Amino acid sequence: MSQFKEKAKILNAEEIKRTLQRLAHQILESNPNLADIVLVGIQTRGVYLAKRIQATFQEIEAVDIPLGVLDITLYRDDLTTVGVRPVVKETKIDFDLTDKTVVLIDDVLFTGRTIRAALDELMDFGRPKIVALLVLIDRGHRELPIRADFVGKNIPTSKNETVEVRLQELDGLDEVAIGEKVLDTNGYESGANFHE
Amino acid sequence: MRKSNSINWTKKDLLDLENLSKEEIELILQTAASFKEVSAREVKKVPALRGKTVVNLFYEPSTRTRISFEIAAKRLSADVINIATETSSVRKGETLIDTGKNIEALKVDIIIMRHNYSGAAVMLARHLRASVVNAGDGWHEHPTQALLDMFTLREKLGRLEGLNVSIVGDIAHSRVARSNIWGLTKLGAKVTVCAPKILIPLSIEQMGVRVIHNIEDALAGADAINVLRMQFERDKEKAFPSQLEYFKSFGITKERLKSAKKNIIVMHPGPINRGVEMSSEVADGANSVILEQVTNGIAVRMAVLFLVAQANDYIKKNK
Repeated sequence: MSQFKEKAKILNAEEIKRTLQRLAHQILESNPNLADIVLVGIQTRGVYLAKRIQATFQEIEAVDIPLGVLDITLYRDDLTTVGVRPVVKETKIDFDLTDKTVVLIDDVLFTGRTIRAALDELMDFGRPKIVALLVLIDRGHRELPIRADFVGKNIPTSKNETVEVRLQELDGLDEVAIGEKVLDTNGYESGANFHE
Repeated sequence: MRKSNSINWTKKDLLDLENLSKEEIELILQTAASFKEVSAREVKKVPALRGKTVVNLFYEPSTRTRISFEIAAKRLSADVINIATETSSVRKGETLIDTGKNIEALKVDIIIMRHNYSGAAVMLARHLRASVVNAGDGWHEHPTQALLDMFTLREKLGRLEGLNVSIVGDIAHSRVARSNIWGLTKLGAKVTVCAPKILIPLSIEQMGVRVIHNIEDALAGADAINVLRMQFERDKEKAFPSQLEYFKSFGITKERLKSAKKNIIVMHPGPINRGVEMSSEVADGANSVILEQVTNGIAVRMAVLFLVAQANDYIKKNK
């Protein structure tokens, strides 16, 4: 496991709230036909952001936008690389994506590989009219030709830095921080049951 | 700090439930819950094991377990090859280890094996770098069957802890019973086994189960009853003079269910002998989850294949 050494706070709770409200309005602005819009949050924090945007739609337009949950683990391109042994979480899209405008939601856009996996997975559920990407933070360093349509905040980072989005539902408070990952001295466990 | 209450799966094989921790069993069940949704999609396939090769090596006849594993592997995008030993070089006298080594030399990643000797899977796993998944070995264990039984129970009743589960039938010769007992007791369920004395192994109480010989007692207060198949084709000791005799003494009927909890879950690992272990009315009735067990078997086996493949990749890369 690794530890996070924090350098600076980027957004506080109030700023996150206002940012999400702005993003909700931007979605409305570019898609006036609300009946066509569905939200899909990427596990884990993207799901909570999506729920908040759904609640904002409820407040300002009094409509319930369908919300799906996507776990991209099974579509990752690094399933067999060192140290990656992710836990498979729930995927749940119980509505038809065909001809919908899907707003895909994640907390941080970095290399773009998560989004590539999410797009592949979405296509296995149907054929949306448009897929748009919403992220709270875009920190750059793309490794694939992917861009976000709705961005909360652009943050220039160096590649070895980490952006952590903390949300009330999971972390007990709302904030975004930037820092560096420091590897533990004992590193990863390796308790395999392989006998020579 | 971020929450990290999930544990990692570190074993390259799944050989039994006896040597798994409560947390490892829970991880499999939790992973299986995530996989269940895949089979409900329009495109029933995810790319998680793309490029991996899986061999079904079956030394005993099996239809449902083999097909369930094959479907599980295919829904993960692995390539699957089936070897039935009656038509293979095993008949020319090749040893199990040699067969395993030859399959491994073909760069196979996972071997799913059913074998008539207890301990065969453990032995094969020790000699191979490939993953080995035990699909039933002799009278020892059948871990994925127990896992899918537990998954179904938990899905139906919301928990396993504190549940009263009765296992009825030939306990002595049943790897399904053994795996269920290990798994259920680790997760806090109270297990009762019910059979005539001749079909109960000596000192089974040491596994933490209650032993009874009367079917009415097995039903009373039980949240679930797992009815094992009477393997008359293997019954050399002639524990029962006839199938009808067994049905009269131990068969689950509508009348007998009247004394049980109204929502008792009735399970059976299949294939059912209708009119022997249970009546058709019960097998097809509202309490039966027999076909749901079959469906859940795919999700559980997908989870197992995924976890052992990942752990093995990790082990190979870190050697």
